[in-house]
Amino acid sequence: MSERRVERVRGRGCAIRGHNIDTDRIIPARYLRCVSFDGLGEHAFADDRQQAKGDHPLDQARFDGAAILIVDHNFGSGSSREHAPQALMRRGFRAFVGGSFAEIFAGNCLALGLACATLGDAERARLQDRVELRPSEELELDVEARTLASGLGVLRLEIAEHVREHLLAGTWDATAVLLDAGPAIEETASRLPYARGFAA
Amino acid sequence: MSDRSLFDKVWDAHRVRELGGGQTQLFIGLHLIHEVTSPQAFAMLREMRLPVRFPSRTFATVDHIIPTHSQRRPLADALAEQMLVALEASCREHGIRFFDPASGHQGIVHVIGPELGLTQPGMTIACGDSHTSTHGALGAVAFGIGTSQVRDVLATQCLALARPRVRRIDVTGKLSAGVYAKDVILAIIRRLGVKGGVGYAYEYAGPVIEAMGIEERLTVCNMSIEGGARCGYVSPDDLAFEYLRGREFAPRGEAFERALGWWRQMSSDPDARYDDRVEIRAGELAPAVTFGIHPGQNVGVDERLPRPAEAPGDEAASLEEAYAFMGLRPGEPIAGTPIDVAFVGSCTNGRISDLREAARVARRGRVAAGVKALIVPGSQAVARQAEAEGLPEVFRAAGFEWREPGCSMCLAMNPDKLVGREICASSSNRNFKGRQGSPTGRTLLMSPAMVAAAALRGRVTDVRELV
Repeated sequence: MSERRVERVRGRGCAIRGHNIDTDRIIPARYLRCVSFDGLGEHAFADDRQQAKGDHPLDQARFDGAAILIVDHNFGSGSSREHAPQALMRRGFRAFVGGSFAEIFAGNCLALGLACATLGDAERARLQDRVELRPSEELELDVEARTLASGLGVLRLEIAEHVREHLLAGTWDATAVLLDAGPAIEETASRLPYARGFAA
Repeated sequence: MSDRSLFDKVWDAHRVRELGGGQTQLFIGLHLIHEVTSPQAFAMLREMRLPVRFPSRTFATVDHIIPTHSQRRPLADALAEQMLVALEASCREHGIRFFDPASGHQGIVHVIGPELGLTQPGMTIACGDSHTSTHGALGAVAFGIGTSQVRDVLATQCLALARPRVRRIDVTGKLSAGVYAKDVILAIIRRLGVKGGVGYAYEYAGPVIEAMGIEERLTVCNMSIEGGARCGYVSPDDLAFEYLRGREFAPRGEAFERALGWWRQMSSDPDARYDDRVEIRAGELAPAVTFGIHPGQNVGVDERLPRPAEAPGDEAASLEEAYAFMGLRPGEPIAGTPIDVAFVGSCTNGRISDLREAARVARRGRVAAGVKALIVPGSQAVARQAEAEGLPEVFRAAGFEWREPGCSMCLAMNPDKLVGREICASSSNRNFKGRQGSPTGRTLLMSPAMVAAAALRGRVTDVRELV
């Protein structure tokens, strides 16, 4: 699993402001009419971008190639579509720093090895300002230390303990971890009356 | 131990083992899949050369992409047909039961689970769809998951989850006439906020919930996710048990009696402990209507729209954004807002009791000129029942279109979509920007009866004036 370890994410930042940005906005439903995640990156925020007429952060050349997306509260709310983090990942984002995240979205990010970290309102606003002012500046998110280094200095982040552990160990792709339980899965099932058809 | 909630008991009974960092490996009793979020999961499984661990614990249907004009194969839309074919092939390959349109059991995944008796008390349930919380109405703990987690459940019948806290929400008093389950859950979300439930499972209780039928409870639990909660449930009672008796996949005969014993045991203890408790007084509630771009932005139909200056912190900016998108103005009444489209259906409000309430209103008049009005049953079984009761004739006579079952205009993955800036009175669950298929389309969420009232008058109307 060593090649899957995520110890730090380095790269430039991009700020998308606004609370409650739901997954329908991150990837509109019409792009879910597919049987693979390929090509989703180009449709990220498609409707918001069209309405912003080239002014959306994802269309601004200064944010090209950014790896860390700075957002606000309740980012990724709504639909469980993994297409949302898939689309952002395929655009190059490897980590999200926000005020708070919807739980299914955060779970989907972890399953892809993407870090979701939270930061207080005042510091987050300063970070967004900084990223907009100095878009070429490199940021470094340190998963182990739970910090973000930027021109503002080193900010303390919150990262859920299980997220931190799985990213550091490279076990964020849960299938192998779950398979490791072996026959304990069948044993658990055998203790559930309904799984035995409520047999006498 | 006699102070445990249903959530505590279900969690403990399904625990396979503790993982690191506060996560638990949880066994999933029922896995439901549909055509949108499962194809990539099957592809990953194939790549990893893994079989489906418990194929008899997964059931499939097709709902999101299916057209509601005609389900005839091949589907008119080639992409939709391709997704349906992919699901058929995966189900055949892995021995998974598929409720396809020919089965007579097809429908929205959260409508067919309960109606087939697949959804049962004390179970853990997962589905690649955020509205999986619906199944909590029968006393199940049900999680919406992403595609990688769908793969995990297929491969291991397990999920790795952090245990949420449990908030009990008591709905007290009595609902007045014309106020429905939809209004209750919208009021809960308005009060607690769209992220108020993050980190929580919601247990709905109190006299109003106890007095509700199972279909109304399904509506309440359905929108738990709109309040940010990981899941929502009602501790099961005799009404839930009787609902299940005789359903196709429910236990039968003596097995049903044994099931009753276990289900009762899994219910929340009378003195169960909760991490948080909230009371909502139902007597104060009027029919609710959303005016913004998330479900928490709702008011009673007799209220005026809130002023951003009076809103707390974060919400002021969200309100400004909502008014700009919706073209509505603070201080104005929501009643009287003109509509272009009326939609009754979805996993929130596409069941027979919803159609009956809408029909009761539809009998009072005709759809207003210029309004397009759709009635979409949640499943083939709901459609058959409605036909037996003569409801399609009632709707057609009033100028509504009667369609075939599917997700339809809730989410715009099929031909039912808003056009341009159309504004839709909708019995669905999300009023997000662009949700109903037009990037600039607008959604007003409300109960099915309120949708029907809006259809007849051509504007947002207090249904209590009509029935």
